[in-house]
Amino acid sequence: MPKFESYGDGIPGLAPEDLTGWLIVIEGTDGVGRTTHVNLLRAHLERLGYAVAETGFTRSDLASRGIRRAKQGNTLGSNAFNLFYATDFADRLEHQIVPALRAGFVMLTDRYIYSLLARAIVRGADPEWIKQVYSFALKPDAVYYLRIGVEELVPRVLLNGGFDYWESGMDLPMGADLYESFMNYQSRVIAELDRVAREYEFDTIDATRQVDDVADYLSKNVAELLERSGRSGETRLLGDLGD
Amino acid sequence: MTEPRIYGAETPSHPGRLFIVEGVDGSGKSTQLTLLAQWLRSEGYPVVFSEWNSSPIVKATTSRGKRRRLLTPLTFSLIHATDFSDRVEREIIPSLKAGAIVLADRYVYTAFARDVVRGVPPRWVRSLYRFAVVPTQAFYFRVPLEVALKRILSGRPKLKLYEAGMDLELHTDIQESYKLFQARILVEYERLVDEYGLSVMDATKPVEVQQKMLRRAIKPHLKGLRKGKYSYAEV
Repeated sequence: MPKFESYGDGIPGLAPEDLTGWLIVIEGTDGVGRTTHVNLLRAHLERLGYAVAETGFTRSDLASRGIRRAKQGNTLGSNAFNLFYATDFADRLEHQIVPALRAGFVMLTDRYIYSLLARAIVRGADPEWIKQVYSFALKPDAVYYLRIGVEELVPRVLLNGGFDYWESGMDLPMGADLYESFMNYQSRVIAELDRVAREYEFDTIDATRQVDDVADYLSKNVAELLERSGRSGETRLLGDLGD
Repeated sequence: MTEPRIYGAETPSHPGRLFIVEGVDGSGKSTQLTLLAQWLRSEGYPVVFSEWNSSPIVKATTSRGKRRRLLTPLTFSLIHATDFSDRVEREIIPSLKAGAIVLADRYVYTAFARDVVRGVPPRWVRSLYRFAVVPTQAFYFRVPLEVALKRILSGRPKLKLYEAGMDLELHTDIQESYKLFQARILVEYERLVDEYGLSVMDATKPVEVQQKMLRRAIKPHLKGLRKGKYSYAEV
């Protein structure tokens, strides 16, 4: 039985039995500290001797420029945006994630389909439809959800340069100004992520805890997971040397 | 008479009409649609044209993907759906709400045929396009493969890679690949005729004969549509 499977019909032309790596997802809303934890986790896993690759939203070769251009002018229909993100995700899945898994890497992804589902649903997409669209996605080995309430999120966002137009949902009729819109939009995104977290049984982490605490938890948990589902150790070059 | 509605979703119908033409390259569907538009305009109806793969923002990405051969069956399907979605939201639905006649050269059936030939699951691609408006009437221009190929290839066209289905590796020669690809698309179209109740037009008949039949088929749908007066002299 292949280690990986899709939620639905799968990726055209893909043989899932070739995929031997691990797919680890860090989920959470904007500004919660995902990037920090992806970087810390990566360093830890590399110390243990695992080969690590990472990806995140709008980093595809195919669609990243187009999405950036479309965001600048707000010139794309809302549903078309949902599908543009799906295109970006599919390109990264096929050209970044799958090759890494085939090579036996640990693929750390800064958000996955779940944030994309939440983003689309908050913008009015039919939940069943958008889930069906993303049904080609591979089921990850683990999803860690960095959870934060919108009140705790505000000071972090202010420290990191203030409110962003899209992260505040300003393309939607959500409020008179950035602050109001941010509060409404992020509350809805978080509520949707909470719902998705229950549905897909994420490991939910309280992201208001100290960075070190969260990092320790992630390091320990992911290392155990890799150990448990480990292969003969062909990627564990350094770890086998007993560092 | 069916008024346009959204596939799969419960939405109010719009006062306009949506007619679409489908068929392989060389079926003559675009010629027929252009002639239809001219007639409808001369009758005083507001007409809006919508072409496959024409949303300005998305088109740049599609071109990039084709030029640099980045597209897989999956992303080929998704980027065309993105383009189509943008046109539905910003072109087709507003025009239908305003009571216009929207004419589309290729529609979701093009994606259903092409993407499935590329190996995308039929069920998935159909659900992908669930946001599409169901046309008032959809015409499929049926033509034997040899006739279509002769019409296209006798002009010695410079075939493009994805257009010829070269990504499927059916043949190393681009012209041979194009023929094999078109043959497979034709098979899928025939399936769609029954599945979606497409109105079949005999595309081997003379152009003017086909046009007469097309106009006759469309006429009953025009009852109750508002005509506009566009003469500046009257303003």
